[in-house]
Amino acid sequence: MIDLETLPVWIALPAALFLVIGSTLTLLGTLGLMQLKSFYDRLHAPTLGTSWGTAGIMLASMLVFSWAGGRAVLHELVIAIFVMVTTPVTLMLLGRASLHRDRGEGRADVPPAPVLPPPPQPVPQEEPAE
Amino acid sequence: MTATILWFAMGYAQIALALAACLACVRTLRGPRAQDRVLGLDTLYVTAMLLFVVTGLRAGTPFFFEAAMVIGVLGFVSSVALAKFLIRGEVIE
Repeated sequence: MIDLETLPVWIALPAALFLVIGSTLTLLGTLGLMQLKSFYDRLHAPTLGTSWGTAGIMLASMLVFSWAGGRAVLHELVIAIFVMVTTPVTLMLLGRASLHRDRGEGRADVPPAPVLPPPPQPVPQEEPAE
Repeated sequence: MTATILWFAMGYAQIALALAACLACVRTLRGPRAQDRVLGLDTLYVTAMLLFVVTGLRAGTPFFFEAAMVIGVLGFVSSVALAKFLIRGEVIE
């Protein structure tokens, strides 16, 4: 248990600020997830929570635990970096899945599949003259 | 004084994150299509992970951190598996 009274102001104020910023951004991201109209708009909203929402809360946690432990506690960086690296992968896959499904249903509001050039035909080998 | 500021910030963060989790849950339940539900579930995972970190900060124990890491890893894996399922109709081909 950390005794919060012993925290100096220059630790407590930035930690409180980072906590408020991070949680507010996460809440705004989910509000966007509720309010936006199309799926491709909604895909962008939760990234607020996974970028600065996560970073703010992890920074606050690192500040307080580092002061309480008397050493640099950097465990939270693992989560922060992991979330920031994996979220684009997830959302890219999800966007592609949605595009694939929308095209399969023949919806008019998504761009059509790109027309690929036909693969080059193999040149028939001439039979060597006997 | 500093303890009071930090205490209020932690309470605010917990309330805001719980509200965010509720909104993600509503999107998961209501989402008109399957990809909306997957997106809501992914957001719910991230929000729950952040809520665990803030709760651990408030309790002053490092044990919530491990749970948050497990939630983060499982959220990524489950979202990728669900997205793969939406594309192909099966997860492992």
